[in-house]
Amino acid sequence: MHKLKPITPLGGATRRQDTIGAVTITEVVDQALASVAARNGQAKAVQRALTDQIGLTLPDVGKAADAAPFATFWMGTEQWMVTAPYDSHELLAAELKQIVGDSASVVEQTDGWCRFDVAGAAVCDLFERMSNAPVRSMATGEAIRTTAEHLGVFLWRLADDRIAILGPRSSAGSLHHGLLAAAKSVA
Amino acid sequence: MIINHPLLGPRDAQEFTYLGDATLINRPDWQSDNAAQAFHDYLYLRDNPAGEHRELWFHEQGDRSWLVVTRNTVTHEILSVEMARDVAKAAAAERSAQ
Repeated sequence: MHKLKPITPLGGATRRQDTIGAVTITEVVDQALASVAARNGQAKAVQRALTDQIGLTLPDVGKAADAAPFATFWMGTEQWMVTAPYDSHELLAAELKQIVGDSASVVEQTDGWCRFDVAGAAVCDLFERMSNAPVRSMATGEAIRTTAEHLGVFLWRLADDRIAILGPRSSAGSLHHGLLAAAKSVA
Repeated sequence: MIINHPLLGPRDAQEFTYLGDATLINRPDWQSDNAAQAFHDYLYLRDNPAGEHRELWFHEQGDRSWLVVTRNTVTHEILSVEMARDVAKAAAAERSAQ
């Protein structure tokens, strides 16, 4: 058996954290992801199954919702991304598939994305420099898909002073570079 | 150019990619007797109006929805934006009502 070691999206053994001025950028590696796309005309059935079994209410356009330990945000019409702690829900996609059955298509997304949580009073200043999303007018619990550093990303407002950014994992280094550059310019 | 997405509100045109004439939604029936002619027309025959044009746009860096955008090709004014799925569903409902 090979001795395989898991690495983070940035290639480290442990998550990376950078503090620049009043902003802290943390690589998030402990969340599993799966997308749930309702099949034709079955959005209500998906919603019912998830509410009954894990208490999760699927959010409307541009919104996010949570029902610990799960959280979810809207990705597109009748499609949602669901997250849960990796340690307890490593097989998140299989778990969700059991719940929704044939009413939705569930796709494992954990290894497709990297996530950075950016915290600090200047988060809006930072994301204004990186994307054209209206971050300042986004309320807590809203999520938007847009571009940052030429990459397609999700911005997810977790709190007043905390925004998560999810981008393509293979471009984690470029995204991190962009975050650092923007953080330095607002520091 | 700003495209006023029916669900997400005004979004910058750099988030979208352009496909072409919105009649591409009306794909011919490949089993019909005149399928070859119908597909020839579907694929090659297009109007190229100077003025109002209905076209398909893809919100690639957003919710990845297809939109039918009515745009004036002379002034670039955007007159209306609809979800392509709604347009296709309405067309199907109209066909089955006939």
